[in-house]
Amino acid sequence: MGELRLMKGNEAVAEAAIRAGCDGYFGYPITPQSEVMEYLMAEKPHDRTGMVVLQAESETASINMLYGAAGTGKMVMTSSSSPGISLMQEGISYMAGAELPAVIVNVVRGGPGLGTIQPSQADYFQAVKGGGHGDYKMIVLAPASVQEMCDHTKLGFDLAFKYRTPVMILSDGAIGQMMEKVVLFDPIPRRTDEDLIKQNPWAATGKPKDREHIIITSLDLDPAGQERVNLKLQAKYRKMEENEVLYETLNCEDAEYVFVAFGLSARICQKSMDLARAKGIKIGLFRPITLFPFPVKPMNELGKKVKGMLVVEMNAGQMIEDVKLSVGCSIKIEHFGRFGGIIPTPDEVVKALETQIIGG
Amino acid sequence: MTEEIIIAGFGGQGVLSMGKILAYSGVMQNKEVSWMPSYGPEMRGGTANVTVIISDERISSPILNSFDTAIILNQQSLDKFEKAVKPGGLLIYDPNGITRLPVRKDINIYSIAAADEAARQGLSKIFNMVVLGGFLKLKPLVQPEFIHKGLEKSLPARHHKLIPDNEKAIDIGKELIQAIQVL
Repeated sequence: MGELRLMKGNEAVAEAAIRAGCDGYFGYPITPQSEVMEYLMAEKPHDRTGMVVLQAESETASINMLYGAAGTGKMVMTSSSSPGISLMQEGISYMAGAELPAVIVNVVRGGPGLGTIQPSQADYFQAVKGGGHGDYKMIVLAPASVQEMCDHTKLGFDLAFKYRTPVMILSDGAIGQMMEKVVLFDPIPRRTDEDLIKQNPWAATGKPKDREHIIITSLDLDPAGQERVNLKLQAKYRKMEENEVLYETLNCEDAEYVFVAFGLSARICQKSMDLARAKGIKIGLFRPITLFPFPVKPMNELGKKVKGMLVVEMNAGQMIEDVKLSVGCSIKIEHFGRFGGIIPTPDEVVKALETQIIGG
Repeated sequence: MTEEIIIAGFGGQGVLSMGKILAYSGVMQNKEVSWMPSYGPEMRGGTANVTVIISDERISSPILNSFDTAIILNQQSLDKFEKAVKPGGLLIYDPNGITRLPVRKDINIYSIAAADEAARQGLSKIFNMVVLGGFLKLKPLVQPEFIHKGLEKSLPARHHKLIPDNEKAIDIGKELIQAIQVL
């Protein structure tokens, strides 16, 4: 077993990046994710592995540093919280277009605008539907624990390079700030330059005499060429949908009703499920772990077996659209949410189940 | 076994660190734990609280609206969290600065004059450990050897020389805590 620690979610992301062999982190502080860079600065990963940590002058600078470094095939990461992630959207779209691998962590806080520093899940649409312009997708991972903050960071790098795509970890202020037990995976050495070149022939690593220039770009002024780029991207997204869906179910075998929730909301719903089951309500929990690719098929299968679903999110109803598209309109699907940094309590979720789904 | 605890008081009283030491001790004893602080502007000079859950099973919600135990270090927190203790649950408070006493008869209430006693013994900075000792006397969730390991893990190495003082404070708390009868 790996090393056992009590850590904040934000610290787990930082430690996992070092251990995953990350080459560089570029970021700009914002609550509630500042511990990511704080931890990295204190830990001096350059001494440990040679990893570079740089505080950029803004989020816009961070994402463009990420673009440049990712273009050389390096394993790179940034993190921020909602307003900072909004500033990064142009760069994320460019990275998707140029097919550059990177991990982007969003420790979501309440919005819109500067909003609040308390936890929220209101950036689901931005992450999953593309906050930037153009027909692009990112793989979006939704950790529900500090352990998953650690594990998803490593998984994020693996998927980013497997598909040459930006990967977003969509967390929230509570998961970032809370401490839980973590089992850390053993450190993986950073790739050598030789391995990097061998594994990433697309990367701009310097031009040898025997091959053409490598150009990293998202621009093709010829529409036929740009359509080819789009077709290639779409084919890649279909592959992700086929191969990378992750989800978890609890107590769904005998369930008449289910909660559908991701991240922190899923943790709250797990408690609500225990409370409701104690009252004799046969309820399960479906937790999407990848928000893109969304677990369409398993949701659809579950929709054929249950009478109703309550989608619980810390927003005004975003993931519920994907749940409805997956399940169809044959059963009752309702949303319950709190907004702007308010976290729903397990009791009020049970009450919502009773009034909106069972009694409604 | 699952124990759901709220620790609440002023920022600076060591509320968060008491929770962290308890949680880390739980980790060392191979329990599942979560430590969820109130964070934000309210931490600067105002009230601070932390929810600590220690369990043998996977922990569901780290955010709770009722608790097995409330450990209370100021009046505002008593006003806020007395009603959040589950029936039959435990409320521990330090009477220092408390003017409106707890009133519930369906919970077990204990008082621990930790701030005063710690001051008398020159341990004011770790009066939170006296309170923790009182709690552990009533609910021995983690064994002393794991508390020791929890202290080692929670405190930076330069403060490890203070671990014996911390353990002494915990022992003082075990002696100090007393039951209160609500009339």
